[in-house]
Amino acid sequence: METRGNQQTLLVFAILVALGLVAPLAVYPVFLMKVLCFALFACAFNLLIGYVGLLSFGHAMFFGFAAYISGYSVKVLGWPTEVGILAGTAVAAALGLVAGAIAIRRQGIYFAMVTLALSQMVFFFCLQAKFTGGEDGIQAIPRRPLLGFINIANDFVFYYVVLAIFCIGFLIIWRTIHSPFGQVLKAIRENEPRAISLGYAVDRFKLIAFVLSAALAGLAGATKAIVFQLASLTDVTWQMSGEVVLMTLVGGMGTVFGPIVGAGIIITMQNYLAGFGEWVLVIQGAIFVVTVLLFRRGIVGEIMALAQYLQRRSRPAPMHGATQQSPAE
Amino acid sequence: MFELIGVPPQALFGQLLLGLINGAFYALLSLGLAVIFGLMNVINFTHGAQYMMGAFCSWMLLQYFGIPFWGALVLAPIIVGATGIIIERVFISRLYHLDHLYGLLLTFGLALIIEGLFRQQYGSSGLPYTNPIPGGTNLGFMFLPWYRGFIVVFSLVVCLGTWFMIEKTKLGSYLRAATERPDLVQAFGINVPRMITLTYGFGVALAALAGVLAAPIYSVNPVMGSYLIIVVFAVVVIGGMGSILGSILTGFGLGVVEGLTKVFYPEASNTVIFIIMAIVLMLRPQGLFGTPK
Repeated sequence: METRGNQQTLLVFAILVALGLVAPLAVYPVFLMKVLCFALFACAFNLLIGYVGLLSFGHAMFFGFAAYISGYSVKVLGWPTEVGILAGTAVAAALGLVAGAIAIRRQGIYFAMVTLALSQMVFFFCLQAKFTGGEDGIQAIPRRPLLGFINIANDFVFYYVVLAIFCIGFLIIWRTIHSPFGQVLKAIRENEPRAISLGYAVDRFKLIAFVLSAALAGLAGATKAIVFQLASLTDVTWQMSGEVVLMTLVGGMGTVFGPIVGAGIIITMQNYLAGFGEWVLVIQGAIFVVTVLLFRRGIVGEIMALAQYLQRRSRPAPMHGATQQSPAE
Repeated sequence: MFELIGVPPQALFGQLLLGLINGAFYALLSLGLAVIFGLMNVINFTHGAQYMMGAFCSWMLLQYFGIPFWGALVLAPIIVGATGIIIERVFISRLYHLDHLYGLLLTFGLALIIEGLFRQQYGSSGLPYTNPIPGGTNLGFMFLPWYRGFIVVFSLVVCLGTWFMIEKTKLGSYLRAATERPDLVQAFGINVPRMITLTYGFGVALAALAGVLAAPIYSVNPVMGSYLIIVVFAVVVIGGMGSILGSILTGFGLGVVEGLTKVFYPEASNTVIFIIMAIVLMLRPQGLFGTPK
């Protein structure tokens, strides 16, 4: 059952990649790159809430700070693009280590409040620090050839690079949640005292997951800075942290593909509603309320629940405990 | 007068007073959060928006109905508290059987809606509100504006009144009992759901009261609540939500610390509370007044 589930997941992933390969023929590539960056960001966030049960309300600190680091190292220090992106990812991981070590000392609601407060601290740091350019941000970040020969100044070419980065990030997450390490994370999510009593160093597992999630959020932010040639305060605000929560919630927390679907929907919506000013905020809030009240499993989660329900109806005698598996599988 | 490590006393006491005022807002808001959390296990993310609504309500009462500050001080908390009761009945009450994180997400969404609506209507530049008690007195070492003194004293009275009501009255004893064992209290014939609704309304009214007090000194502004609420969350984490008196003390104390930081190391004044939060979490994760679970 587990292997069949995995095969299905890989099949869906292959279809998505195929779609991704032909998508720029129909859709503006910069828009697609934005969706991919936010999809990776949301997948990184989902790793924590979906598989460890930790709601981080401050993930913008990794996303936005990595954007600053990659922008600064490429534009001001003149580093190669790929080194700049890796530097952003590494700094986000280091920041994740510090923030994670502080935040995992509390659980549940307190964890959310602590991460929110820490990200606000990073926001004020970015506002005051010299290298971030304050209110202006870092603008006109050059798109120099990747690895010296890939011309990413061309949006089409860069799109495929971003698609590759996204796939690498996604596969890292997928591998993580299907590893023994990932099983321990799920055990912690389901019953933390029990995991402790079984001898797992719960805090260490949580911290590693947190650092991994922060690093991948950083990878997304660092890439986005090169795509838009801009790193600004917007990416470190609490609103950005809220947006990634919203994307994951709408798509389906704890589902493999939910964050991708959610990111696609929310970015598309923002694109169409850009002219409506503050109504975007109202609509986002309304989506939060409606999703929490009516379909908490998110779009992908509801589809999977429906598929499971239909499967069970067509085969009335479930042999193994497979039907009780959470949609997280 | 004397100088303190190169800082003129005027500046020092001026910032101390500002710190006490900020502390008053921290105390009122974290008290409301603690009261709501104690009974409902919901962190009310809408709290900042409700503080903003209090300020706007007071401004509207003056603008459209000519009701002065003193009337608004009574009316605005009642009006905003009533909207809180509606929110609890319509939305939050549907989530009690679920993970508490959903309550956080729901109230976050509500906060976005409220803030967006006010920004749409009033822009984000801010509206003025005249000082109801102009003038002040010279204490020799500093100038004390009457209104600022009033804020500190009045919010202290409200905080202590709340503490007295919860810790020393019969109503408060029901409340504390329902916090511990809602099922048993219900079995004794007390209408716990109604008590929860009223408690939420009361917590929201406290936030609105802070908003009314803030209107004359900060401009009335749709985004005034969202930044404040994050600081208040840090205050709540530092204090721990276990004790009412602890919330009050932490609120005022951190306001003063922030004020002192503005005098001695202004670059850190925005972040000092978050830094303290990080240190407290390392040394005493349950918070200064919290009890380990």
